[in-house]
Amino acid sequence: MLEIISLSIVPFMVLIILVHGYIKGIDLYNTFIEGAMEGFKTAIKIMPYLIAIFIAIGIFRASTALDIFTSLLEPIIGLVGVPKEVLPLVIIRPLSGSGALGVVRDIIANYGPDSYPGLVASIMMGSSETIFYTLSIYFGSIGVKDYKHTLKAALLAYVISIFTTMLVCNYFYL
Amino acid sequence: MERGFSMLNTIWFIMIFVGILYGALTGNLGEINNIILKEAQEGVSFAISLIGIMGFWLGLMNIAEKSGLIKNIAKGFRPVMKIIFPDIPRNHPAESWILMNFIANMFGVGNGATAFGLKAMKELNTLNTNKKRATNAMAMFLIINMSSLQLVPLTVVKLRHDYGSINPTGTIGITLLATSLSTIIAIIIGKLLEGKD
Repeated sequence: MLEIISLSIVPFMVLIILVHGYIKGIDLYNTFIEGAMEGFKTAIKIMPYLIAIFIAIGIFRASTALDIFTSLLEPIIGLVGVPKEVLPLVIIRPLSGSGALGVVRDIIANYGPDSYPGLVASIMMGSSETIFYTLSIYFGSIGVKDYKHTLKAALLAYVISIFTTMLVCNYFYL
Repeated sequence: MERGFSMLNTIWFIMIFVGILYGALTGNLGEINNIILKEAQEGVSFAISLIGIMGFWLGLMNIAEKSGLIKNIAKGFRPVMKIIFPDIPRNHPAESWILMNFIANMFGVGNGATAFGLKAMKELNTLNTNKKRATNAMAMFLIINMSSLQLVPLTVVKLRHDYGSINPTGTIGITLLATSLSTIIAIIIGKLLEGKD
């Protein structure tokens, strides 16, 4: 059921937009081309930001320095009740989406999808987003250098979200 | 002064510094050489791989914008948008693009969401008086965006299914509750930390 819905969202959106545009008498083809041109420019513009962020995350992950951070933060995050198997996820989640997915796969493969760490990891993966990548490309694309309170607020919200996610998990699974 | 900037600056530096130092101590430097080559290339390939799908979505949305479809959708959400983004004037295109980004995020159309989001930033920047500095509206938009809006985390469901879960979709409801909470908290924190534009 879910798969059917997720499969049909994109084709149906395309259909609705085109039919609506056609009825309203829009020059569909040329309007599409005009918009698509912008995709090209934007993708090129964010390239340097992607290189910078990918290299930093790549080096950090490859060095396995993540392990030290995990053990350093263990007592603090442990207070909130995050199972220690899920700790690496808490640290990698704001940095890298694909990295986080890899960690979730490890946890699920090692402890089972229906184990407590497996369930917590599944929920945590779905309830937060990568922060540094989003910030650097979104602000980079318009050349804004001073992010104001954005990063601080996002990190604070992330820390609190770990806390609330654990409350929810404990309520339902413990 | 440029706090947000220096914070990312510091995190970027620390990740590379600690990574290389730790790599050297553990005799992992060869791997780091490979990573630099690989990830630099990855940044370029990823940007190029985005061109096609971004072009597609922005082309399609250009039609939806001109036909008035996006504006109609935006109308329904105006009361909520007014509270979260008080600085965006009525009928400004930024509003529509922000909404499209949120909707695409909710349904997991990741690349479409990025295309709309970047367009939203561009429109928000037309309301910006100091082009080097973020506005409250930009900050709020990204804070909500980064709190995750996805209704159904399909990759997680698939992973759970692949590893033989007895109930792969069982975490959806709880994830939805957790993510709603985190989004509400993010909005509140965003509002609290807001300064003058």
